[in-house]
Amino acid sequence: MPMLRRRDLVHLLAGSGAVAVLGLPGAVFAAAPGERRLVVVLLRGALDGLAAVAPLADPHYAATRGALALAPPGAPDGCLALDATFALHPALAPLSPYWQRGELAVVHAAGNGYRTRSHFDAQDLMETGLSAKTRTSDGWLNRALALLARGERRLGLAVGGAVPLILRGPVPVASWEPPGGLHQASPEFLAALAPLYRSDALLGPALAGGLKAQNFSAAVLGGGMAGGRGFGPKNFAPLAEAAGKLLAAEDGPRIAVLEMGGWDTHVNQGAGAGRLAQNLAGYADGLDALAKAMGPAWKTTALVAVTEFGRTVAVNGNNGTDHGTASAMLILGGAIRGGRVHGDWPGLARLQDDRDLRVATDSRRVMKALLRDHLGLDLGDIDRRVFPDAAGLKPLDGLVRA
Amino acid sequence: MPDTAALIAATRLGFAARPGDLADLSRDPRGWALAQLARPAPPLSAALPSAASMIVAEFEMRRDQRARPDEAAKRQFNERVQAVYLAEIGARVGAAVGSPMPLLERLCHFWSNHFTVSIQRPAVRGFAAAFEREAIRPHVTGRFADMLLAAARHPAMLLYLDNAVSIGPDSPVGRRRDKGLNENLGRELLELHTLGVDGGYSQRDVEALARILTGWSVARPQEPSPGGFFFRPMVHEPGAKMLLGRSFPEAGYGEGEAALRMLAAHPATARHVARKLARHFIADDPPPDSVERIARVFRDTGGDLRRVSAAVLGEDALWRTPFAKLRMPGEMVIAACRVTGFTPPPPMLVGGLRQLDQLPFAAPSPAGWPDTAADWVSPEAVLRRADWCQSFAQRLPEPPDPVELAQASFGAALSEETLQAIRRAPSRRLGVALLLASPHFQRR
Repeated sequence: MPMLRRRDLVHLLAGSGAVAVLGLPGAVFAAAPGERRLVVVLLRGALDGLAAVAPLADPHYAATRGALALAPPGAPDGCLALDATFALHPALAPLSPYWQRGELAVVHAAGNGYRTRSHFDAQDLMETGLSAKTRTSDGWLNRALALLARGERRLGLAVGGAVPLILRGPVPVASWEPPGGLHQASPEFLAALAPLYRSDALLGPALAGGLKAQNFSAAVLGGGMAGGRGFGPKNFAPLAEAAGKLLAAEDGPRIAVLEMGGWDTHVNQGAGAGRLAQNLAGYADGLDALAKAMGPAWKTTALVAVTEFGRTVAVNGNNGTDHGTASAMLILGGAIRGGRVHGDWPGLARLQDDRDLRVATDSRRVMKALLRDHLGLDLGDIDRRVFPDAAGLKPLDGLVRA
Repeated sequence: MPDTAALIAATRLGFAARPGDLADLSRDPRGWALAQLARPAPPLSAALPSAASMIVAEFEMRRDQRARPDEAAKRQFNERVQAVYLAEIGARVGAAVGSPMPLLERLCHFWSNHFTVSIQRPAVRGFAAAFEREAIRPHVTGRFADMLLAAARHPAMLLYLDNAVSIGPDSPVGRRRDKGLNENLGRELLELHTLGVDGGYSQRDVEALARILTGWSVARPQEPSPGGFFFRPMVHEPGAKMLLGRSFPEAGYGEGEAALRMLAAHPATARHVARKLARHFIADDPPPDSVERIARVFRDTGGDLRRVSAAVLGEDALWRTPFAKLRMPGEMVIAACRVTGFTPPPPMLVGGLRQLDQLPFAAPSPAGWPDTAADWVSPEAVLRRADWCQSFAQRLPEPPDPVELAQASFGAALSEETLQAIRRAPSRRLGVALLLASPHFQRR
């Protein structure tokens, strides 16, 4: 990835539709005072939290997960022990050093106050921060920006194209995407598209031929994706690295949002290896690349990754998992008190609706803690303005380094 | 079948059904289309520069460069050409996306493809789009003969097909210099624009038409109407010419006009045009009796394109089969913008269309973009479409509910399988991408 120059940034802002900042790029960025940075990674499609961070020591783990249970540490494709209970998916190995250094924390069994298994609705709620579906279309992070804007405006940056709902609202934000031509469609998109083409005498054979040429096969969708521009798992790292460089810049943005898809693993999810493992590997590579690109600024950074809901504990009929309830959040950064799993563990003995991991920690408690303890916002303001539906939820104490 | 008719009207006569369109059209889809033909196509933005002004600018730039080469000035000129091109594409796509009379926009695209001027010839890149606005757009509901004349006289066409440099061998200039006839425009007028390749003309006719058109040229900055049409008597081939068995006595400029009017009225032209229209609006391989009926209206009305288009709308075959035509990439892009209400900025539009192998005004040859599915379907091309659909969905400022959008775009015509896939998509954006890439959306 070539060094990003200031000119590129401004140019890309111009192409993004986020024209509100075009006239004052220098002024907006330069006005950001503190060194503290916040990155939110939205994992769209519902990450299987039990796969990312396995509760290895839970007495029901092996039995309930069945074929999806990870091998113990030391075994081939074995997971990486975090503490006495939990272990990291082997594909997340690049994040292991962050745990060792105390820069990676886990909040397991995280979820929100809503009960929906619809991706669309759940993602909306994850981004509005509200407890129920409304037609309002501003995001909680934009509302948080509005609080920062009072005298110390910090610009929010959407990385990868359009501005996601979480950042939409009255406060202008910028967006950045790599220059160049078309993005390559993601494996998950092509996997959903292929069945629709199958019965089409004209387009079906053409798509099948194209996929074959791209080294796809029905069995290993997700593999063989060439690097470069695209929406596949290997394309997350270049994007994340660019985000890191932008955030590291003296006059760069202080708040950024990235998105990654590929988590809706209904079919052939795999355990230590396979489709989900490939996605996790791209994810871990991306977070690692972002952290490294930030250099010294990583010390004052908090990154939180959140997904709209979790997946069923048990394997379904297609060697995958279906829409569930609670998942796992990863929180990284030099500003984080890592090396520990925060929050309670509800256990696998009793499941939500007899199928899902129950929610032990509302994810908004994590967000509130980051806004209060990391960005220094007033809790009263957060309760009134950012998460008005969750005023009763206490910020998760101890997540941010004092 | 009222829903089918509304869907066909919205997607094949227009570009795509916006939310609400199907309901609006369902009362009288044919009437909706017919009513549009009552008027000429509205002009595009007045802010776009004329072809003449761009040609003068190019003449002057070249003159200056000859006098004193200046890389910076050249670069500046090229940047202006590119900016004008982007503005043209923005206006053209914007009109197609937003028009309440999309049939007129579609007809503009159809006819400018029939009379292709392509920027594959770099000399015309500054004004190929202006050609469509100036020579095609005013005539899509007028007379074919007038459009033919406007297209053949337009400087963009005269430069693209070399007539501006064609010299009658026995003209005063031709006798002085060892330069001669260029048959390019004469040939394409017969083969592509009027009679069609099997329209019954010979190489002699090509040469005769080329001779007739000698002198049809472009005015230099110091000449009258700079950058516009200019007849040069000094390069016009003198004497009578024999075209398709008819003698054209020496009449200078008037010969060409008379010859083109004869070609416009030729029965082979009626058949050729009718076949192309039927292929565009009915099916890749349209029913011969449809073609014959449309051709008859062309002949009977002296090429009145309002009534010829109405004849196309009158064909039952048009209303019988939904999704009979594959959308060309450019149509897919316009349709996606139309249903979502989001049109990317011109550089992004143009970048995408380039990747989809249909850069606007850049057809590979004077024959224009091919108009059958087989020409557009290859493994690589279909994957690119998927790439584009996901890229586009990824950029939507506010992705709509894809299920609602699917129902608004297709009514009941969408397969349950596709609807189900959209409903299950892992995100709104991917749901929209699935809709756009679905086999139904790839067709019209």
